Amino acid sequence: MTKGRGAGGESAPEFVQLLTPDGERIDKVTGADGVEYTVDFTDDEYRGLYRDLVVVRKLDAEATALQRQGELGIWASLLGQEAAQVGSGRALRQQDMAFPTYREHGVLYCRGIDPIMPLSLFRGVDHGAWDPNQFRFNMYTIVIGAQTLHATGYAMGITKDGKVGNDDGEAVIAYFGDGASAQGDVNEAFIWASVFNAPIVFFCQNNQYAISEPIEKQTRVPLYQRASGFGFPGVRVDGNDVLASYAVTRAALDHARHGQGPTLIEAYTYRMGAHTTTDDPTRYRMAGEVESWQARDPIARVRAFIAKQQIAGDDFFTEVDELARRESLALRERVLAMPDPDPLTIFEHVYPHGSPLIDSQRQGFAEYMDSFEGSSH
Amino acid sequence: MSGVTRIKEFNLPDLGEGLTEGEILKWLVKVGDTIELNQPIVEVETAKAAVEIPAKWAGKVEAIFHEEGTTVEVGAPIIAIDTDPTAPPVAPSASSSGSEAPARTPVLVGYGPRSGAATRRPRKSANGTPTAAPTTERSVPPVAAAPVVEAPVVEAPPALVLAKPPVRKLARDLGVDLAALAGTGPQGSITRDDVEQAATPARPAPTTVGGEQRVPVKGVRKLTADNMVASAFTAPHVTEFLTIDVTRAVKALDRLRALPDWRDVRVSPLLLAAKAVLVAIRRHPMVNSTWAGDEIIVKPYVNLGIAAATERGLVVPNIKDTGQLSLRELADALNGLVQTAKSGKTSPADMSGGTFTITNVGVFGVDTGTPILPPGESAILAFGAIREMPWVHKGKIKARQVTTLGLSFDHRIIDGELGSKFLRDVGTFMSDPEAALLAWT
Repeated sequence: MTKGRGAGGESAPEFVQLLTPDGERIDKVTGADGVEYTVDFTDDEYRGLYRDLVVVRKLDAEATALQRQGELGIWASLLGQEAAQVGSGRALRQQDMAFPTYREHGVLYCRGIDPIMPLSLFRGVDHGAWDPNQFRFNMYTIVIGAQTLHATGYAMGITKDGKVGNDDGEAVIAYFGDGASAQGDVNEAFIWASVFNAPIVFFCQNNQYAISEPIEKQTRVPLYQRASGFGFPGVRVDGNDVLASYAVTRAALDHARHGQGPTLIEAYTYRMGAHTTTDDPTRYRMAGEVESWQARDPIARVRAFIAKQQIAGDDFFTEVDELARRESLALRERVLAMPDPDPLTIFEHVYPHGSPLIDSQRQGFAEYMDSFEGSSH
Repeated sequence: MSGVTRIKEFNLPDLGEGLTEGEILKWLVKVGDTIELNQPIVEVETAKAAVEIPAKWAGKVEAIFHEEGTTVEVGAPIIAIDTDPTAPPVAPSASSSGSEAPARTPVLVGYGPRSGAATRRPRKSANGTPTAAPTTERSVPPVAAAPVVEAPVVEAPPALVLAKPPVRKLARDLGVDLAALAGTGPQGSITRDDVEQAATPARPAPTTVGGEQRVPVKGVRKLTADNMVASAFTAPHVTEFLTIDVTRAVKALDRLRALPDWRDVRVSPLLLAAKAVLVAIRRHPMVNSTWAGDEIIVKPYVNLGIAAATERGLVVPNIKDTGQLSLRELADALNGLVQTAKSGKTSPADMSGGTFTITNVGVFGVDTGTPILPPGESAILAFGAIREMPWVHKGKIKARQVTTLGLSFDHRIIDGELGSKFLRDVGTFMSDPEAALLAWT
């Protein structure tokens, strides 16, 4: 019930929205799936969401700068998608399991993982060093859409383990993008999840571009409508609205944890930056389109809402900006201080209990490294 | 903060997964500007994208190393930032901190990029101790009245040529000696382009000046020119010609082709000429020799060179020790040699050590020529086109297969008599190979 993407006169997308771009709160909305959505947050929780959004954006900007300065190999910025990630990330309960792409820095942050972790991955220092089981957040998956199958398998597994079916049941969320929705993996995951009634939420951040390919060239129907063909509900949410993103995800997760099966959420958003630091979005989209999305910024509307409702004053906003600045500076210093990994670590974690072949390769490589002068190996 | 570390140079990073260079589009700051951390300082365009680079340090712009519009290699410094501009200025002499900083030449603004090559960690020697550099001083045990013991000079191992395995294979295939190339890759490594360029120097990019094409003289062209000049003006050349009827031999080749063993072999008149030369050399070994100033070296073996026109220009690979080869082996060697040459893969070893050369000008449709000796050889045979010509055969004028042989020889070694006998024998063999074989071998 708001305007469509871009400046053109396309049909307006119907989506669940609880906070307008101007910061007006909408009390309740019934989605295309017939469910009524709302949120009931305390002032503290509103301030917390705002803080998350600002810090996540600032850390992301710092990572982009670090890549430009040669300190990271590549970075996939989440700029513009903060609300979809923070909203869905905060909707997860402790026991829920998330399967991210390589852009879910906001979800990672909400899961309590040290934000340095994805930076060490993209600096080539490790393969992602968080423990997926501890944080209930799987490793970043670079292969487009592959994690939807992993997530579906995991969801089928927890059903067999009897962890689904009541208020404290577990649920799984799989993140992917509009581009991945055309992948065979994703469609297979939909089929398996549907047929086995897996406790999973498919959370598609439709950021309008599969790298450079616009959504019009990817699909003839709104993505969320695809779910009906597979036999489970689909709903579109304003992905730039952190409240609606939270509400829709929370409901879908609860649906799953009660054993009611999968849901597809299409979070309608916009990637304000490049696909990754390796591409140049000005080559495939118009400046006017980016401007029209700037007017729908996910953070500005929360700030406007907080100010209007007098949930917090200017000193709060200054305080959050200062916090974000401090965290980003600390992030920078820690990235620059990261030691190069020991070359032999490449052989670790290949097999849980070692393997004769890998062991002999490790020994051979150690001897090779040892053949250099001044080598400590 | 010391003067050495407070001025920091920012090197152009790889902005997008494996790029090697970027073009400076626009400087957003200038020397003397005070800048903040992450303030955009420059727009750089790579093969993938035009991006703004944010400042890595806050401070004052001390120097800018590249103008807008220049292409800069990844890793090269593009800007220097004084990270503590409120401190007293750094004296220029202090910024080059002794031996640590290699010489820098001022460019554009400030100091230029380092000229020092990237270093690689040295490998330990085979016995596990570091290889001593020749200049390394060793403490000599205090032996009484010991003579001055020179530090043992450890011979430097042959310089490691850096090249990736596929490039090494390419070089081997194309006959390019890696050790002779100057690499343009990272750490001076030899790239695929380097090898390909070395393999095709005969086709340097011509430039056009006022309608005239200017082709740089290098590679095979230069080598050919040097050899020809050296040979033509040191060895006094004599050239003799002989026109012969090769009808019988051409028919003999046809019969040869029909033999079961020879079905898959390319049999050309060149094989006949090669065999004729080898048989004639056995009868006149002095033709297969080298002038060495105060002596003449007569070779006990024949490395038979075949001049071939290739993409790379004229190359003269040779078949080693042809005296031991059967006719079939000779045919195979000839075909292999020509194919290798045509595909541009002749190796330097294939081209060195020739003792006698045949130049097959007949393939170009001409009758004969006055060939120039390859340096170090004393005779060369030009083999012309075989044509149907009116010829007196058994007292009547008949259409016969006729060709002309041209033999150039070094008159310092070979007199007219020897040269003439040799050419006549070659001609006799090619006119009637069966009889010559029966009579001479």
